[in-house]
Amino acid sequence: MARILDDIILDDIIIRTCSRIMLPFIQIYSLYVFVHGHSSPGGGFQGGCIMAASFILLAVAFSIREAKRRFKEKYIVILCSLGVFIYAGTGAVAVIFSGNFLDYSKWTHILPTTPVMARYYGMALIELGVQITVMAVMISIFMDLVTKGDHGEAPDWEDD
Amino acid sequence: MLALFITMIAGALLVYSAEEFPHWGDPQQPASIHVSPRYIEKTVEETGVPNAVTSVLADYRGYDTMFETSVIFCAGVAVMMLLRGMRHGKNPR
Repeated sequence: MARILDDIILDDIIIRTCSRIMLPFIQIYSLYVFVHGHSSPGGGFQGGCIMAASFILLAVAFSIREAKRRFKEKYIVILCSLGVFIYAGTGAVAVIFSGNFLDYSKWTHILPTTPVMARYYGMALIELGVQITVMAVMISIFMDLVTKGDHGEAPDWEDD
Repeated sequence: MLALFITMIAGALLVYSAEEFPHWGDPQQPASIHVSPRYIEKTVEETGVPNAVTSVLADYRGYDTMFETSVIFCAGVAVMMLLRGMRHGKNPR
């Protein structure tokens, strides 16, 4: 698998050029799905998957190394937990201001809005957390599976 | 033989209890008259979100979505632990 990704498909200029043109549109579409989750079907899970698909397309059309150069493995692991932290932190802030866990209307102590709009923005925040976690986990699982966990760094990784 | 007997008894009990379920798509069934109308009517008023699915997912059922996210995180960490551990040669291929 890794050998196919690195040697054969890498030389195809059509695939590389098309992927390079499509990548920013896929990422913009991902952000659109995420932001419009409040008024249309969509949200963090779907947007995160589309964003991860753009990086998987980068890894398939170019190479695993190219994808890792654009998006370092260290940051993937950090973002995995950062999303869950944003979600839980959004809920924990409500506890600090004497509300129930995940009661976003207590965000009025921080944001200058009404309680209704505070719930609106609280939902946007937790969707952001979901988006970050889903994106990072999808990329991480893809990288682990196609390279058997060594991320293309082991010296014998072309033997497979 | 005993397993077959137990399975048939359990299946007969399930079929018997399914007789009392509300009809498929019945608008008066308990699941449709308890919280669903409140969510549909009060979503815009209480949360300002025009999409009821998002308000139920992220606000009324926030715990559920939070632990869904945690499950995804745990799945990613499990894959990391399983596959990256093979790199050090502890498990011969």
